[in-house]
Amino acid sequence: MMRGAIGGDEKAYRSFLHSVTPHLRAIARRRCRAWGMPPSDAEDVVQDVLVTVHLKRGTWDQTRPIGPWLATIVRNRAVDLQRRRGGGGQIAVPLEDVVETLGTELDSEADDLADAERLINRLKDPARDIVRSISLDGAGVKETAARLKMTEGAVRVALHRAMKALAALYRSGNG
Amino acid sequence: MKTDDLIRLLAADVHVREPLGPAIARALGVGVVVCAALLVFDIHLRHDLATAIMLPRVAFKILLTLSIAVLAIGLLERVGRPGVPLATAERLLLLPLAAIVIAVGLELALTPAASWGARLVGRNAGWCLFYIPVFSAVPLAAILTAMRRSAPESPTLAGAVAGLSAAGMAAAFYAWHCPDDSPLFLATWYTIAGAAVTGVGALLGRRLLVW
Repeated sequence: MMRGAIGGDEKAYRSFLHSVTPHLRAIARRRCRAWGMPPSDAEDVVQDVLVTVHLKRGTWDQTRPIGPWLATIVRNRAVDLQRRRGGGGQIAVPLEDVVETLGTELDSEADDLADAERLINRLKDPARDIVRSISLDGAGVKETAARLKMTEGAVRVALHRAMKALAALYRSGNG
Repeated sequence: MKTDDLIRLLAADVHVREPLGPAIARALGVGVVVCAALLVFDIHLRHDLATAIMLPRVAFKILLTLSIAVLAIGLLERVGRPGVPLATAERLLLLPLAAIVIAVGLELALTPAASWGARLVGRNAGWCLFYIPVFSAVPLAAILTAMRRSAPESPTLAGAVAGLSAAGMAAAFYAWHCPDDSPLFLATWYTIAGAAVTGVGALLGRRLLVW
Protein backbone atom coordinates (compact mmCIF):
# COMPACT_ATOMS: atom_id res chain seq x y z
CA MET A 1 0.00 0.00 0.00
CA MET A 2 2.83 2.36 0.91
CA ARG A 3 4.43 1.55 -2.45
CA GLY A 4 1.38 2.87 -4.27
CA ALA A 5 1.41 5.83 -1.92
CA ILE A 6 5.04 6.59 -2.71
CA GLY A 7 4.11 6.40 -6.37
CA GLY A 8 1.77 9.34 -5.83
CA ASP A 9 -1.58 7.58 -5.36
CA GLU A 10 -3.51 9.83 -3.00
CA LYS A 11 -6.15 7.25 -2.08
CA ALA A 12 -3.65 4.50 -1.34
CA TYR A 13 -1.62 6.93 0.72
CA ARG A 14 -4.60 8.06 2.75
CA SER A 15 -5.66 4.51 3.55
CA PHE A 16 -2.07 3.67 4.49
CA LEU A 17 -1.98 6.58 6.95
CA HIS A 18 -5.40 5.57 8.31
CA SER A 19 -4.30 1.98 8.78
CA VAL A 20 -1.12 2.79 10.73
CA THR A 21 -2.71 5.45 12.92
CA PRO A 22 -4.40 3.12 15.47
CA HIS A 23 -1.12 1.27 15.81
CA LEU A 24 0.79 4.54 16.36
CA ARG A 25 -1.85 5.69 18.83
CA ALA A 26 -1.49 2.51 20.89
CA ILE A 27 2.30 2.95 21.07
CA ALA A 28 1.99 6.66 21.87
CA ARG A 29 -0.49 6.04 24.70
CA ARG A 30 1.74 3.37 26.17
CA ARG A 31 4.77 5.69 26.07
CA CYS A 32 2.86 8.58 27.58
CA ARG A 33 1.66 6.38 30.42
CA ALA A 34 5.15 4.97 31.02
CA TRP A 35 6.66 8.45 31.08
CA GLY A 36 3.95 9.97 33.21
CA MET A 37 2.80 12.40 30.56
CA PRO A 38 -0.86 13.37 30.23
CA PRO A 39 -2.82 11.15 27.82
CA SER A 40 -3.73 14.25 25.80
CA ASP A 41 -0.08 14.34 24.67
CA ALA A 42 -0.49 10.99 22.93
CA GLU A 43 -2.42 12.48 20.03
CA ASP A 44 0.29 15.13 19.56
CA VAL A 45 2.86 12.33 19.32
CA VAL A 46 0.68 10.50 16.76
CA GLN A 47 0.38 13.63 14.63
CA ASP A 48 4.07 14.45 14.95
CA VAL A 49 4.90 10.91 13.80
CA LEU A 50 2.45 11.14 10.88
CA VAL A 51 3.97 14.41 9.67
CA THR A 52 7.46 12.94 10.03
CA VAL A 53 6.48 9.77 8.15
CA HIS A 54 5.11 12.03 5.46
CA LEU A 55 8.15 14.28 5.11
CA LYS A 56 10.68 11.44 5.41
CA ARG A 57 8.93 8.81 3.30
CA GLY A 58 11.66 9.24 0.70
CA THR A 59 14.05 7.51 3.10
CA TRP A 60 12.13 4.23 3.00
CA ASP A 61 13.89 1.71 0.79
CA GLN A 62 11.02 -0.02 -0.97
CA THR A 63 12.83 -3.35 -1.06
CA ARG A 64 12.84 -3.47 2.76
CA PRO A 65 9.97 -4.19 5.17
CA ILE A 66 8.25 -1.06 6.40
CA GLY A 67 7.95 -2.17 10.05
CA PRO A 68 11.48 -1.34 11.25
CA TRP A 69 11.41 1.94 9.34
CA LEU A 70 8.18 3.00 11.02
CA ALA A 71 9.30 1.80 14.45
CA THR A 72 12.54 3.80 14.24
CA ILE A 73 10.66 6.97 13.33
CA VAL A 74 8.25 6.49 16.24
CA ARG A 75 11.16 6.00 18.61
CA ASN A 76 12.96 9.09 17.31
CA ARG A 77 9.88 11.29 17.75
CA ALA A 78 9.09 9.88 21.18
CA VAL A 79 12.63 10.40 22.42
CA ASP A 80 12.63 13.93 21.04
CA LEU A 81 9.36 14.73 22.81
CA GLN A 82 10.63 13.29 26.06
CA ARG A 83 13.80 15.37 25.81
CA ARG A 84 11.77 18.50 25.21
CA ARG A 85 9.60 17.79 28.22
CA GLY A 86 12.64 17.88 30.46
CA GLY A 87 14.58 14.74 29.85
CA GLY A 88 15.06 12.41 32.80
CA GLY A 89 12.47 9.86 31.82
CA GLN A 90 10.70 9.76 35.16
CA ILE A 91 8.58 12.85 35.15
CA ALA A 92 6.49 13.11 38.26
CA VAL A 93 3.05 14.48 37.58
CA PRO A 94 1.08 15.76 40.55
CA LEU A 95 -2.28 14.07 41.08
CA GLU A 96 -4.20 17.31 40.54
CA ASP A 97 -2.78 17.54 37.03
CA VAL A 98 -3.94 14.04 36.22
CA VAL A 99 -7.42 14.78 37.51
CA GLU A 100 -7.41 17.97 35.50
CA THR A 101 -6.47 16.22 32.25
CA LEU A 102 -9.05 13.53 32.94
CA GLY A 103 -11.60 16.30 33.05
CA THR A 104 -10.51 17.91 29.81
CA GLU A 105 -10.55 14.53 28.12
CA LEU A 106 -14.35 14.84 28.03
CA ASP A 107 -14.41 17.82 25.71
CA SER A 108 -11.38 16.84 23.66
CA GLU A 109 -13.42 17.47 20.53
CA ALA A 110 -13.56 21.18 21.29
CA ASP A 111 -9.92 21.07 22.31
CA ASP A 112 -8.96 19.54 19.00
CA LEU A 113 -10.71 22.26 17.09
CA ALA A 114 -9.14 25.00 19.18
CA ASP A 115 -5.74 23.38 18.64
CA ALA A 116 -6.31 23.17 14.93
CA GLU A 117 -7.17 26.85 14.77
CA ARG A 118 -4.13 27.79 16.82
CA LEU A 119 -1.80 25.68 14.72
CA ILE A 120 -3.21 26.83 11.40
CA ASN A 121 -3.22 30.45 12.47
CA ARG A 122 0.52 30.34 12.87
CA LEU A 123 0.93 29.63 9.17
CA LYS A 124 1.09 32.47 6.67
CA ASP A 125 -1.28 33.01 3.76
CA PRO A 126 -1.80 31.46 1.26
CA ALA A 127 -0.60 28.37 3.14
CA ARG A 128 -3.10 29.04 5.93
CA ASP A 129 -5.96 29.33 3.50
CA ILE A 130 -4.94 26.19 1.64
CA VAL A 131 -4.49 24.14 4.79
CA ARG A 132 -7.84 25.26 6.19
CA SER A 133 -9.56 24.54 2.92
CA ILE A 134 -8.18 21.01 2.55
CA SER A 135 -8.10 19.83 6.16
CA LEU A 136 -11.16 21.45 7.73
CA ASP A 137 -13.43 21.99 4.74
CA GLY A 138 -12.40 18.78 3.00
CA ALA A 139 -11.78 20.44 -0.36
CA GLY A 140 -9.38 18.96 -2.92
CA VAL A 141 -6.27 20.59 -4.33
CA LYS A 142 -8.09 21.32 -7.59
CA GLU A 143 -11.06 23.10 -5.98
CA THR A 144 -8.76 25.02 -3.66
CA ALA A 145 -6.65 26.17 -6.58
CA ALA A 146 -9.74 27.31 -8.47
CA ARG A 147 -11.13 29.20 -5.49
CA LEU A 148 -7.84 30.98 -4.74
CA LYS A 149 -7.17 31.59 -8.44
CA MET A 150 -3.83 29.83 -8.15
CA THR A 151 -2.40 27.08 -10.34
CA GLU A 152 -2.55 23.56 -8.93
CA GLY A 153 1.24 23.47 -8.95
CA ALA A 154 1.45 26.60 -6.82
CA VAL A 155 -1.08 25.17 -4.35
CA ARG A 156 0.95 21.96 -4.12
CA VAL A 157 4.18 23.82 -3.45
CA ALA A 158 2.53 26.00 -0.82
CA LEU A 159 0.91 22.92 0.76
CA HIS A 160 4.23 21.12 0.94
CA ARG A 161 5.89 24.13 2.58
CA ALA A 162 3.01 24.25 5.03
CA MET A 163 3.63 20.60 5.93
CA LYS A 164 7.24 21.44 6.75
CA ALA A 165 6.09 24.40 8.83
CA LEU A 166 3.61 22.15 10.66
CA ALA A 167 6.37 19.67 11.42
CA ALA A 168 8.42 22.50 12.94
CA LEU A 169 5.43 23.57 15.03
CA TYR A 170 4.91 20.05 16.43
CA ARG A 171 8.59 20.00 17.25
CA SER A 172 8.60 23.32 19.04
CA GLY A 173 6.00 21.84 21.36
CA ASN A 174 3.21 24.20 20.44
CA GLY A 175 1.16 21.52 18.72
CA MET B 1 -5.96 19.50 14.81
CA LYS B 2 -7.91 16.32 14.38
CA THR B 3 -5.80 13.45 13.21
CA ASP B 4 -8.23 12.68 10.38
CA ASP B 5 -7.94 16.25 9.10
CA LEU B 6 -4.17 15.99 9.25
CA ILE B 7 -4.25 12.75 7.26
CA ARG B 8 -6.41 14.38 4.59
CA LEU B 9 -3.85 17.20 4.43
CA LEU B 10 -0.88 14.83 4.15
CA ALA B 11 -2.60 12.74 1.49
CA ALA B 12 -3.25 15.87 -0.59
CA ASP B 13 0.50 16.53 -0.44
CA VAL B 14 1.35 13.06 -1.81
CA HIS B 15 2.64 14.46 -5.08
CA VAL B 16 5.73 16.17 -3.71
CA ARG B 17 8.27 13.42 -3.33
CA GLU B 18 11.81 13.71 -2.09
CA PRO B 19 13.40 10.28 -2.51
CA LEU B 20 16.79 10.00 -0.84
CA GLY B 21 18.57 7.65 -3.27
CA PRO B 22 18.42 9.87 -6.39
CA ALA B 23 19.31 12.92 -4.27
CA ILE B 24 22.50 11.22 -3.05
CA ALA B 25 23.30 10.06 -6.58
CA ARG B 26 22.99 13.62 -7.88
CA ALA B 27 25.22 14.95 -5.09
CA LEU B 28 27.88 12.33 -5.85
CA GLY B 29 27.67 13.23 -9.54
CA VAL B 30 28.28 16.89 -8.75
CA GLY B 31 31.23 15.90 -6.54
CA VAL B 32 32.80 13.69 -9.22
CA VAL B 33 32.52 16.38 -11.89
CA VAL B 34 34.03 19.08 -9.67
CA CYS B 35 36.87 16.86 -8.45
CA ALA B 36 37.67 15.70 -11.99
CA ALA B 37 37.71 19.30 -13.23
CA LEU B 38 40.01 20.40 -10.40
CA LEU B 39 42.33 17.48 -11.10
CA VAL B 40 42.56 17.93 -14.86
CA PHE B 41 42.46 21.72 -15.17
CA ASP B 42 43.98 22.95 -11.92
CA ILE B 43 46.58 20.64 -10.40
CA HIS B 44 46.87 18.28 -13.42
CA LEU B 45 47.53 14.57 -13.63
CA ARG B 46 51.07 13.54 -12.77
CA HIS B 47 53.34 13.67 -15.81
CA ASP B 48 54.64 10.13 -15.49
CA LEU B 49 51.16 8.66 -14.98
CA ALA B 50 51.38 6.16 -17.85
CA THR B 51 54.36 4.38 -16.31
CA ALA B 52 53.69 5.18 -12.66
CA ILE B 53 50.28 3.52 -12.64
CA MET B 54 52.03 0.16 -13.12
CA LEU B 55 54.06 0.59 -9.94
CA PRO B 56 52.56 -1.31 -7.00
CA ARG B 57 52.79 1.69 -4.65
CA VAL B 58 50.92 3.96 -7.04
CA ALA B 59 48.32 1.35 -7.91
CA PHE B 60 47.84 0.67 -4.19
CA LYS B 61 47.40 4.36 -3.41
CA ILE B 62 44.72 4.77 -6.06
CA LEU B 63 42.89 1.54 -5.24
CA LEU B 64 42.95 2.22 -1.50
CA THR B 65 41.52 5.74 -1.76
CA LEU B 66 38.92 4.47 -4.24
CA SER B 67 37.89 1.60 -1.96
CA ILE B 68 37.47 3.99 0.99
CA ALA B 69 35.29 6.24 -1.16
CA VAL B 70 33.15 3.32 -2.36
CA LEU B 71 32.71 1.80 1.11
CA ALA B 72 31.95 5.17 2.73
CA ILE B 73 29.34 5.88 0.05
CA GLY B 74 27.84 2.42 0.66
CA LEU B 75 27.46 3.38 4.32
CA LEU B 76 26.10 6.79 3.32
CA GLU B 77 23.26 5.09 1.43
CA ARG B 78 22.23 3.31 4.64
CA VAL B 79 22.93 5.78 7.44
CA GLY B 80 20.08 8.14 6.53
CA ARG B 81 17.40 5.45 6.40
CA PRO B 82 15.58 4.62 9.65
CA GLY B 83 15.68 0.98 10.69
CA VAL B 84 18.47 -0.09 8.31
CA PRO B 85 21.27 -1.92 10.14
CA LEU B 86 24.74 -0.38 9.76
CA ALA B 87 27.09 -2.84 11.45
CA THR B 88 28.19 -4.76 8.32
CA ALA B 89 28.75 -1.64 6.24
CA GLU B 90 30.72 -0.09 9.13
CA ARG B 91 32.89 -3.19 9.52
CA LEU B 92 33.72 -3.23 5.82
CA LEU B 93 35.58 0.04 6.40
CA LEU B 94 38.05 -1.93 8.51
CA LEU B 95 39.28 -3.63 5.32
CA PRO B 96 41.09 -0.57 3.88
CA LEU B 97 42.38 0.15 7.38
CA ALA B 98 43.88 -3.35 7.54
CA ALA B 99 45.28 -2.91 4.03
CA ILE B 100 47.10 0.29 4.95
CA VAL B 101 48.51 -1.27 8.13
CA ILE B 102 49.85 -4.20 6.10
CA ALA B 103 51.25 -1.86 3.42
CA VAL B 104 53.05 0.24 6.05
CA GLY B 105 54.48 -2.97 7.54
CA LEU B 106 55.74 -4.10 4.11
CA GLU B 107 57.21 -0.70 3.37
CA LEU B 108 59.10 -0.71 6.69
CA ALA B 109 60.32 -4.27 6.02
CA LEU B 110 61.41 -3.68 2.44
CA THR B 111 63.09 -0.27 2.62
CA PRO B 112 66.17 0.85 4.56
CA ALA B 113 65.45 2.72 7.78
CA ALA B 114 67.51 5.68 6.57
CA SER B 115 64.95 6.36 3.80
CA TRP B 116 61.88 6.26 6.07
CA GLY B 117 62.08 9.93 6.96
CA ALA B 118 62.16 11.07 3.32
CA ARG B 119 59.35 8.65 2.41
CA LEU B 120 57.20 9.87 5.26
CA VAL B 121 57.66 13.58 4.59
CA GLY B 122 57.58 13.19 0.80
CA ARG B 123 57.68 16.19 -1.47
CA ASN B 124 54.21 17.51 -1.17
CA ALA B 125 52.82 16.97 2.32
CA GLY B 126 51.58 20.55 2.50
CA TRP B 127 49.83 20.23 -0.86
CA CYS B 128 48.16 17.03 0.23
CA LEU B 129 46.90 18.63 3.45
CA PHE B 130 45.66 21.62 1.47
CA TYR B 131 44.18 20.00 -1.62
CA ILE B 132 42.31 17.05 -0.14
CA PRO B 133 40.11 19.39 1.94
CA VAL B 134 39.78 21.75 -1.07
CA PHE B 135 38.69 18.86 -3.29
CA SER B 136 36.29 17.73 -0.53
CA ALA B 137 34.49 21.03 -0.10
CA VAL B 138 31.97 20.83 -2.96
CA PRO B 139 31.26 17.09 -2.62
CA LEU B 140 30.70 17.55 1.13
CA ALA B 141 28.33 20.47 0.62
CA ALA B 142 26.42 18.54 -2.06
CA ILE B 143 26.20 15.37 0.02
CA LEU B 144 25.07 17.23 3.16
CA THR B 145 22.41 19.03 1.12
CA ALA B 146 21.12 15.70 -0.17
CA MET B 147 21.25 14.23 3.33
CA ARG B 148 18.93 16.94 4.63
CA ARG B 149 16.23 14.65 3.21
CA SER B 150 17.52 11.76 5.25
CA ALA B 151 16.47 10.66 8.72
CA PRO B 152 19.60 9.39 10.49
CA GLU B 153 19.44 7.95 13.99
CA SER B 154 22.59 9.92 14.79
CA PRO B 155 23.00 13.18 12.85
CA THR B 156 26.63 13.41 14.00
CA LEU B 157 27.44 9.94 12.64
CA ALA B 158 25.63 10.70 9.38
CA GLY B 159 27.65 13.92 9.05
CA ALA B 160 30.88 12.02 9.68
CA VAL B 161 29.95 9.46 7.01
CA ALA B 162 29.18 12.33 4.62
CA GLY B 163 32.61 13.81 5.45
CA LEU B 164 34.38 10.47 4.95
CA SER B 165 32.60 9.96 1.62
CA ALA B 166 33.66 13.42 0.44
CA ALA B 167 37.22 12.92 1.69
CA GLY B 168 37.42 9.48 0.06
CA MET B 169 36.24 10.92 -3.23
CA ALA B 170 38.68 13.84 -2.96
CA ALA B 171 41.60 11.54 -2.15
CA ALA B 172 40.69 9.14 -4.96
CA PHE B 173 41.05 12.06 -7.38
CA TYR B 174 44.02 13.76 -5.72
CA ALA B 175 45.94 10.45 -5.83
CA TRP B 176 46.18 10.79 -9.65
CA HIS B 177 48.24 13.93 -9.11
CA CYS B 178 50.14 13.19 -5.93
CA PRO B 179 53.84 12.42 -6.59
CA ASP B 180 54.42 10.83 -3.17
CA ASP B 181 53.81 7.11 -3.36
CA SER B 182 55.07 5.62 -0.11
CA PRO B 183 52.42 4.00 2.11
CA LEU B 184 54.13 5.90 4.94
CA PHE B 185 53.08 9.16 3.27
CA LEU B 186 49.61 7.83 2.52
CA ALA B 187 49.03 6.59 6.06
CA THR B 188 50.09 9.92 7.55
CA TRP B 189 49.03 12.88 5.42
CA TYR B 190 46.01 11.42 3.64
CA THR B 191 44.75 10.21 7.00
CA ILE B 192 45.18 13.60 8.66
CA ALA B 193 43.44 15.38 5.78
CA GLY B 194 40.64 12.78 5.65
CA ALA B 195 40.12 12.86 9.40
CA ALA B 196 39.83 16.65 9.31
CA VAL B 197 37.16 16.53 6.60
CA THR B 198 35.32 13.73 8.45
CA GLY B 199 35.40 15.81 11.63
CA VAL B 200 34.02 18.87 9.85
CA GLY B 201 31.30 16.65 8.38
CA ALA B 202 30.40 15.36 11.85
CA LEU B 203 30.15 18.91 13.26
CA LEU B 204 28.04 20.11 10.34
CA GLY B 205 25.90 16.96 10.48
CA ARG B 206 25.08 17.53 14.12
CA ARG B 207 23.60 20.89 13.18
CA LEU B 208 22.17 20.24 9.72
CA LEU B 209 20.92 16.66 9.80
CA VAL B 210 18.65 16.82 12.84
CA TRP B 211 15.07 15.88 11.94
